[in-house]
Amino acid sequence: MNIKKMKPTELIMHVLTWGAAILTICALIYLIGFILLKGLPYLKPSLFSLTYNSDNVSLMPALISTVFMTFLSLLIAAPLGIGAAIYLAEYVRREGRFVTFVRMMSETLAGIPSIVYGLFGMLFFVNALRWGYSLIAGAFTLSIMILPLLMRSTEEALKSVPDVWREGSFGLGAGKLRTVFKVVLPAASPGILAGIILAVGRVVGETAALIFTSGTVAQVPSSALKSARTLSVHMYVLSGEGLHMGEGYATAVVLLVVVVAINALSASLAKKIGAGDK
Amino acid sequence: MSCFDIKNLNLYYGDFQALKGINMNILKNNITAFIGPSGCGKSTLIKSLNRMNDLIENCRITGKVELFGESIYGDMDVNLLRKRVGMVFQKPNPFPMSVYDNIAFGPRTHGIKSKPQLNEIVERSLQDAAIWGELKDRLGKSALGLSGGQQQRLCVARALAVEPEVLLLDEPTSALDPISTGKIEELLLTLKNRYSIIIVTHNMQQATRISDYTAFFLLGEVIEFGPTENLFSMPVDKRTENYITGRFG
Repeated sequence: MNIKKMKPTELIMHVLTWGAAILTICALIYLIGFILLKGLPYLKPSLFSLTYNSDNVSLMPALISTVFMTFLSLLIAAPLGIGAAIYLAEYVRREGRFVTFVRMMSETLAGIPSIVYGLFGMLFFVNALRWGYSLIAGAFTLSIMILPLLMRSTEEALKSVPDVWREGSFGLGAGKLRTVFKVVLPAASPGILAGIILAVGRVVGETAALIFTSGTVAQVPSSALKSARTLSVHMYVLSGEGLHMGEGYATAVVLLVVVVAINALSASLAKKIGAGDK
Repeated sequence: MSCFDIKNLNLYYGDFQALKGINMNILKNNITAFIGPSGCGKSTLIKSLNRMNDLIENCRITGKVELFGESIYGDMDVNLLRKRVGMVFQKPNPFPMSVYDNIAFGPRTHGIKSKPQLNEIVERSLQDAAIWGELKDRLGKSALGLSGGQQQRLCVARALAVEPEVLLLDEPTSALDPISTGKIEELLLTLKNRYSIIIVTHNMQQATRISDYTAFFLLGEVIEFGPTENLFSMPVDKRTENYITGRFG
């Protein structure tokens, strides 16, 4: 496009949108640069020893706990969220009253601040159910938190599957169940996977809801009923104590790498699954 | 012998009456074409022959449709009906799977699991649809990589794989180029010995080229139904004549 030939209003819009894009990139680069600069010097092998003590402030137990926490939350939330979405998208009348109601509920759930989930988790799972600060209490709390996200993304993925495939399947004499599980779900799987990855992102990044439910014990938990801290909580505690800021930044570096790795993995997985489509 | 016997069929979408008192006798081992302007009910009628209209909300049907003497809106299992009455849609709609799995989907639905048997069905169906030669080396490849014409013939093969008695085609060539259209038409002519074929078409030349009988629809009614030759050479109804001479539609 020739800038000289533009009308003034066009030029202003051009500059504004361009500026917005550049600013976004700058913010990201600054953030990553800052974390790397502060954290990389503290990224020592002792930070990865299997047991934590106040000397090595190892992040390894937190890394392992993060994996457990993610896995457990997904184990609880994914079947529920995907199941509910299948029901909403395939079995009830679209835009019916019940669908609107469920959608409103799940959107409300999605809008609740995570600290409120933390409080609820503490009162219900930790106290009322007497699970104590534990991995499982944290996982249940997080699973309620990611449920709307999984539901929504799965529903969108299912809706984006063209109706002609459903018709084709029905036209061959396949029933509803077979159509949904053999035709619609496989076609929607990249979208569903994207939702799961987003959910993993939220679990990995969550602190407020976990401090009240899974506690802050910095060792590898020996069972699901033991307290454990995830990487994000670990970072929060380190920076709260103020004694090991450098190690806190190093933890941030590891967290960053984990998130990037998850994103890369999901992208390649989606590509692999989606390859059948093109 | 008639394959479909339609008696006083009325169909409503909510308050709108899309089909008005249809009476038709569709003969076995013939190609019957439904023609008429958009919105005349020809697609609606073909979809009520394998009960695809069941999927549409607010759709209400009165009257009777018999498939070889059995009422299809009575006790008949709808999945079994759709196995007996196969359908090919307007837009080619192969599933996002391999060519092989596309063809095997129907037989697998109806309980065939043995690999040799499936292999045989896949080969036979593709051969019947005159596309085996083009596809035999890419059975494992995604069906979505095929051209539009190939996809549509694959859809015909997929429909044939469940061994239907009747084949319904809803404007099967409207999204295809002339060469692919020609191939589909040839294919239908070879298939009519073994199947009863009903085709909805927008293209009157297509109806004259391949069909034995033609029904002309207007505003939800059958205006004229008879041997294709007669209908096009000496239409009885003035409206039919107007339509086939291109005065409207």
